[in-house]
Amino acid sequence: MLLARNITKKFAGVVALNNVNLELHPGKVNAIIGENGAGKSTLMKVLSGVYIDYEGEIIYNNETLRLTGTKDAEAKGIVIIHQELNLVPGLSIAENIFLGRELCTSFGMLDKKEMARQSKKLLEKVKLNADPGTLVADLKVGQQQLVEIAKALYTNASVIIMDEPTSAISDKEVDNLFMIINELRNEGKTIVYISHKLKELFTIADRFVVMRDGCSVESGLMAEMTQDALIRKMTGRAVNGPTSTTVQTFTEPVLRVENIHLKSASRHGAHVLTDISFTLHKGEIVGLYGLMGAGRTELMETLFGLHPKRATGKIFINEKAVQLQSPIQAIRQGIALVPEDRKAHGLMLDQKIKTNISITVLNQLEKWGIVLHNKKETRLSKDYIQRLGIKTHSENNIAGNLSGGNQQKIVLAKWLATNPSILLLDEPTRGIDINARFEIYNLMKKLAEAGMAILLVSSELPEILTASDRVLVMAEGRLTADMPVREATESNVLKYAIQHNITA
Amino acid sequence: MIAIQKNNTINLARLQSLIALLFLCAIIAILSDKFLTMDNGWNVLRQIAVNVCISVGMTLIVLTAGIDLSVGSVLALCGAITAGLLKNGVKVPAADLFIGFTILGALLAGIIAGALLGWFNGFVITKFKVPPFVATLAMLTIARGLTMLWTQGHPISNLGPAFSVIGTGWFLGIPVPVWIAGVVVLLAIFITRQTRLGRYIYAIGGNENAAILSGISINKVKLIVYSIAGALAAVGGIMVTSRLDSAQPNAGTGYELDAIAAVVIGGTSLSGGKGSIGGTVMGAVIIGVLNNGLVLLNVSPFWQQVVKGAVILVAVIIDKGGKKK
Ligand SMILES: Nc1ncnc2c1ncn2[C@@H]1O[C@H](COP(=O)(O)OP(=O)(O)OP(=O)(O)O)[C@@H](O)[C@H]1O
Ligand SMILES: [Mg+2]
Repeated sequence: MLLARNITKKFAGVVALNNVNLELHPGKVNAIIGENGAGKSTLMKVLSGVYIDYEGEIIYNNETLRLTGTKDAEAKGIVIIHQELNLVPGLSIAENIFLGRELCTSFGMLDKKEMARQSKKLLEKVKLNADPGTLVADLKVGQQQLVEIAKALYTNASVIIMDEPTSAISDKEVDNLFMIINELRNEGKTIVYISHKLKELFTIADRFVVMRDGCSVESGLMAEMTQDALIRKMTGRAVNGPTSTTVQTFTEPVLRVENIHLKSASRHGAHVLTDISFTLHKGEIVGLYGLMGAGRTELMETLFGLHPKRATGKIFINEKAVQLQSPIQAIRQGIALVPEDRKAHGLMLDQKIKTNISITVLNQLEKWGIVLHNKKETRLSKDYIQRLGIKTHSENNIAGNLSGGNQQKIVLAKWLATNPSILLLDEPTRGIDINARFEIYNLMKKLAEAGMAILLVSSELPEILTASDRVLVMAEGRLTADMPVREATESNVLKYAIQHNITA
Repeated sequence: MIAIQKNNTINLARLQSLIALLFLCAIIAILSDKFLTMDNGWNVLRQIAVNVCISVGMTLIVLTAGIDLSVGSVLALCGAITAGLLKNGVKVPAADLFIGFTILGALLAGIIAGALLGWFNGFVITKFKVPPFVATLAMLTIARGLTMLWTQGHPISNLGPAFSVIGTGWFLGIPVPVWIAGVVVLLAIFITRQTRLGRYIYAIGGNENAAILSGISINKVKLIVYSIAGALAAVGGIMVTSRLDSAQPNAGTGYELDAIAAVVIGGTSLSGGKGSIGGTVMGAVIIGVLNNGLVLLNVSPFWQQVVKGAVILVAVIIDKGGKKK
């Protein structure tokens, strides 16, 4: 049993954890639930030796534990899989698993064979069908996640902390992950599981702890809880669901694409996108569903001018043919793209919130054509912090210090600031808590009502079905369905998403 | 989450280096009575001025996560070009043509040459995706070679009293080089803090991918930044040439290292996106004072290098320690 007693953790003036108490039970999946910025990740970092300057006490198997670092935690059997994955992309799977604990032959040389053999075994255990020599950079996010778990398994940890493991992976991968978690639970390991997807928690978790504003407010058995009660505990109030859609017809095309093809980046690869045509109307929210690797992100990127050399096809904006050869051109045409990976493509983590939000619209914040208008900039960022409910006490805070969900909102803010007429959202609610998620759906509705056309990519079917007016489905780089949302059900959308060998 | 106090830690790093500088001054002043004289003070500032110019350009580049190893050679070449044009003009025997240069014309030509050399660095880096380290390393040799060709390996001297004002003159009681460096610093502070270009520079260093997606022409920004650095190296070259009244073919050797040292001591991160012009100026002053102190104290040139290296290490380590918390 792992206990936390009165843990308090402060960052330069911000109290992230305030006298938190926690019990983690072996042989159970312990869910930690709370809004963005509630302190979940921070608490887990304290428990796993990432932060060692905290007040309070950690008690593990009836002994007080004072960790000196992550290595120490690992040695004691506590490992964490972070919200932001921590693999080295340029190294192979095996090299990542054994990073910092390489095996050597008796001559002091790296024992690559043995490491590959053991990696292979671990990969089997996490059901990742890949060669240990594969570069991590070539893996999808879901697969990288599995490598992280394999890494945790290698250390033979008895406490495994997973911080939002499912925020970036497909439903199929989630099922696989749950199978692994079940096995680990049966082996008597303590699993800590953080997620904003409540439905998931009811499937996998045995116990829960609710955190709010840096405090632990309640814990208990998952079976005795309802979703509504949980939400009330998290937010301290009831949550307004998204306003329901009224059936509308949209007639004014804003974005029309015809026969888009995208060649694979490697010379021999097949097409990543094949013959994609669709239309996006003014005021319409179109959900784009597909499994991982279906080509949704690539389609977004193509529309944003990121693949000028490999893409062919026609794009019309307001019925005028346009060339989208670079993000600059796309932005000029009123397109905005909220990218999938906020760390790699969305944010300058070391810089201020303000700087991150204003970067897309600096040209509008100049006076006399040259000097930046600081007051305007501050006003703009304050406005978005308020509108999106970004949890921070100043727009001058460093973006990287915010919780994951709040970082995501900054990315959203910086693109909304451009006031686009076409908004491409690639997994915009990844890591965002349920309340904020509803707020974002409502915001999308409002933007659409004001005339914005929105293309929403999501791996979560319920999200697509809640937020969109029309649903597109992709499979293996092709568009396999285009239907109004009232005709879309979970089962028929899924059917199109797993459709194979379509005749061209 | 409760906000207890406003974040007051930002200027701590700057304060640390200020304290370090004062400490350094105090030690040298105790050990040498020549240190705290007006003459020596101006002398130090005049010497620092050159490094400040180069370091400012270097800072802009490092902020984009780049580096420029060619500034020392570019400095020499541009100094030589200015001196050569001023003294000899351009003769084109085939066309029986001779073009003479006024001081202003020669200065402009030197600075433009510097900007072009810097632009070429940027061009190679952005067009052919050559890493900045390699591209500017090549330029380091190329520019030095061109300097030798231009000067035939001999100094170009006796450039006239008017020209020497730039390096040795006074204006309103302050040496001209200090004025020049001051203007350069103010302009750079303005650019980095108050303009779009400045923000783009930080954005590229902070996250190049995010910058591209945000619609920033990163190639254009890099070209501008490398050109500015080249032009500033030329300004440094002109100051050195004027002070010595002579363009030495081997001038500026190793200056890139002093510039990088100033940038690093000033707290700018070599991985880009973090740092400031103010920090770099502080770094340049620390190095300048140290150089001067070591000479005044009659430390042997060999030991001078050892001490300088040690100070760089200590400064950076202290800076790192300050950031961890
Ligand atoms: N390094 C840091 N410096 C300053 N403040 C921090 C730092 N890390 C976290 N915080 C603050 O502590 C609070 C808790 O953050 P934490 O990341 O633990 O939230 P979370 O519950 O994991 O949220 P999410 O669901 O969005 O991931 C936030 O207000 C955040 O801004
Ligand atoms: Mg978190």
